[in-house]
Amino acid sequence: MYKQLPRLALIALTLACPWAHAEFVVEVTKGQTEAIPLAVVPFASAELTAASFDVAQLVSDDLARSGRFKTMDRKDMIEQPHAGANISFDDWRRLNNDYIVVGSMQALGTDRYSITYELYNVLTKQRLLGFQISANRPGLRSAGHQIADAVFEKILGIRGAFSTRIAYVSVLGHLPDKTYQLIVADADGENPRVVMQSREPLMSPSWSPDGSSLAYVSFEQRLPSVYVQTLKSGDRRIVSAHAGVNQAPAWSPDGQKLALVLSTRDGNLDIYTMDLTTQQLTRITDDPGIDTEPQWSKDGQSIYFTSDRAGGPQIYKVGIRPGDKPRRLTFQGSYNARARISPDETQLAFVTQEDGGYRIATLDLRGRGDVQVLTKGHFDVSPSYAPNGAVLIYATRDKGRGVLALVSADGRVQQRLVSSEGELQEPAWAPF
Amino acid sequence: MKRMLLIALALAGAALLAGCPKKHNVNDAPVAGTQVPDSSGNAEGASTSTNALGGDANSASRGYAGEGTGPLARKVIYFDFDKSEIKPEYAEIVTFTAHALTANSRLKLKLEGNTDNRGTREYNIGLGERRAQAVRRALMLQGVAESQVSTVSFGAERPAVEGEDEAAWAKNRRVEVVFLP
Repeated sequence: MYKQLPRLALIALTLACPWAHAEFVVEVTKGQTEAIPLAVVPFASAELTAASFDVAQLVSDDLARSGRFKTMDRKDMIEQPHAGANISFDDWRRLNNDYIVVGSMQALGTDRYSITYELYNVLTKQRLLGFQISANRPGLRSAGHQIADAVFEKILGIRGAFSTRIAYVSVLGHLPDKTYQLIVADADGENPRVVMQSREPLMSPSWSPDGSSLAYVSFEQRLPSVYVQTLKSGDRRIVSAHAGVNQAPAWSPDGQKLALVLSTRDGNLDIYTMDLTTQQLTRITDDPGIDTEPQWSKDGQSIYFTSDRAGGPQIYKVGIRPGDKPRRLTFQGSYNARARISPDETQLAFVTQEDGGYRIATLDLRGRGDVQVLTKGHFDVSPSYAPNGAVLIYATRDKGRGVLALVSADGRVQQRLVSSEGELQEPAWAPF
Repeated sequence: MKRMLLIALALAGAALLAGCPKKHNVNDAPVAGTQVPDSSGNAEGASTSTNALGGDANSASRGYAGEGTGPLARKVIYFDFDKSEIKPEYAEIVTFTAHALTANSRLKLKLEGNTDNRGTREYNIGLGERRAQAVRRALMLQGVAESQVSTVSFGAERPAVEGEDEAAWAKNRRVEVVFLP
């Protein structure tokens, strides 16, 4: 039966780092009643799991964290089958599971493991997935995320984003001794790596469309400059260090340009685009108000931005062709800022002020432009869509500390990611 | 609006991602020890003249002229929420600073605009810049040469005090007047 299965060899892209540690503790703050019940049965003997890594637990955690699945607790499992032939479907159905993932894991020599897994529909007893993956010890985590991605996509028809990464800023220490770190981690917060560290503020990380580089603002010269850093090599270069502000970089969809914010001598902030090869600047907005927080449309022909030209900050859209007039998109409330488009550009996520608090809201870009406020916090800012559009990550405050949180794009599932240290800010979800 | 673009390669010490960097391999910015001193000792709104910050023996504010309480001491102008108008009680700081600059044309200063931590980070950069520009315009109205004054906005990124109440926010909505060496 397994002869037909594709064999996926996993290359461990991420080497284990001695100082990497579990950064996040996930707390579900608001659940979803329609979550799909699913069981992920342990893949291996307790001995092998202890010696290597509990892949099945990671798959279960990923799926639970998506908010779309309600995963079964292991202690409630009356048996632990490792292959489809051994599943007593009627028993699992009585335990109210719609789906079951079973698998096995074998050690192939000193640092090589083979994982076989299957996904079954408990009601129809139909096998939906069956794969074998091999990985070395550090690659087992990636293997687990790949399995979760495959299960998520098979059941929901939405590509899983468990194998992706996030970038964020972490501020350590207290006044006047602060350290600002730019960190790249797995989407579940594991494997955090410091890619840049400074005694001066770092802000506004923005991923290149191919996920190879980050643009960000650094005040390391005690003035703001925009840098582009290639993650693999660590090479970085200043791409904008004009007099005045150099802020809010945003990569164009083709990766050739940055939108960014520069100021005139009298402090007027406007949006520009810069060709990354020629450094040629093109002015996009020209208004005495604050124009900032640019974000490209999917086709690269327009830019969404924040402007207070009409009083308070509101979100506008303007074509990049000369002479194009900005069009205002938000009208509810006096504070709507920092738009991010969903991957299919049917929705904008942004920060809105409501009842004195700052919250994450979405604007439907189709139809009547319905606004939905997704969160209930007081300091909810910096929303960033997962590349599958199903979830947003954002920054909030909890007991006086900056933390990251997740909310599903429909607002029904919320979780907080509690870190072990640092003030976490400005999460940016990497592309697939 | 054409400005020269400064491109610099900052390769030395750039952060490493490939493989497995040790923590101390990470790039450390070459500007250690230039943090804004804690202003928590200052009574907010306690009128005018010498709102000098610093004086903390350990404060990481080396590298600036005029720390302490002399005529060139760092001064702070505070603002109301979402406002960039200079309140009457700070007129004296502006006048005093303008006199110092017009009396000595070689003196230069930097105006550092800051906001509290409410709202979005990049929009706050804009608000901080607007506050710094308000002070810059006030100085130029009193005869200060444009070349003597520069501005920078830190938005909400460099709070003077930590905290999430109006008292903390009020101390963070500020422009710091920093004489340059």
